[in-house]
Amino acid sequence: MPHDHLSPSGHPFRADNDEPITYWQTMEIAVRELLIEKGHLTAAEVAAQIDAMDARSPANGAAVVARAWVDAPFKARLLDDAAAASREMGFDIGPLKLIAVENTARTHNLIVCTLCSCYPRNLLGLPPDWYKTRAYRSRAVREPRAVLREFGLDLPADMTVRVHDSTADMRYIVLPARPAGTEDLDEAALARLVTRDAMIGTGLPRAPHAA
Amino acid sequence: MAEFVRVKSMMPPGHVRTPAYLRGKRGQIERALGSFFNPEQLAYGHKGETRDLYRVRFTMTEIWGDKAENPDDTVDAEIYAHWLDWEGENHAS
Repeated sequence: MPHDHLSPSGHPFRADNDEPITYWQTMEIAVRELLIEKGHLTAAEVAAQIDAMDARSPANGAAVVARAWVDAPFKARLLDDAAAASREMGFDIGPLKLIAVENTARTHNLIVCTLCSCYPRNLLGLPPDWYKTRAYRSRAVREPRAVLREFGLDLPADMTVRVHDSTADMRYIVLPARPAGTEDLDEAALARLVTRDAMIGTGLPRAPHAA
Repeated sequence: MAEFVRVKSMMPPGHVRTPAYLRGKRGQIERALGSFFNPEQLAYGHKGETRDLYRVRFTMTEIWGDKAENPDDTVDAEIYAHWLDWEGENHAS
């Protein structure tokens, strides 16, 4: 096989995106340009909004989880209304409606959106690419334990798996169980243990010695 | 008291937020979520009326029968009242 499709570094050249733009890309450009032309928005405001979305990250959710681990009344408020509790911590999550589901010794929660890609973006930022794939979306409700094993999580048979399909207006965050051996950690150190996958339910928080 | 419902097994065209794999299945109301504008209308630019939304819990056995990976595991999904039939007493939806 000829190797002239490889760059000097040995990686394949990435094809340029020379294909024509799609109908919806055309629509987005047309609407954006009209809004700017008519003075409703500026290009800088559009860029600022993209920056604001990109600035959201799983660290926001991790801070909420860590607060719930150290503050029992906050945890109660989080489980009652996770959006209100997140706003209370100062996160600007817009109109997000959020439900927190708690992992316990007997229950493991897993979040999916089988219909599309619903995700608590306003708190956690953009979802990982695999979250939007047909494979994850279809298998999470059909064989969640097999999916979790592929993520490295082999749950005992006597633990109940609760899958949450975000089919409509709610978004979900898993409140993982606080790892053992973290009694001496403060809230900031605890937050560093909370991974994105722990809040989707495809993982667990890091062990304290591994963080 | 546990409230049981069955998802209607209709297959209307258009933008629908009731997943096909849950249609015709029986579940338990996990909680009421309040009223929201109906996405089936919002998707076409109509605000319409609000509808009551519920979280319904289904067992894996109910959904997948003998092929369930673990019978007692569950799927919770948000389903609008106009997609649900209540078992037993009349329910004002």
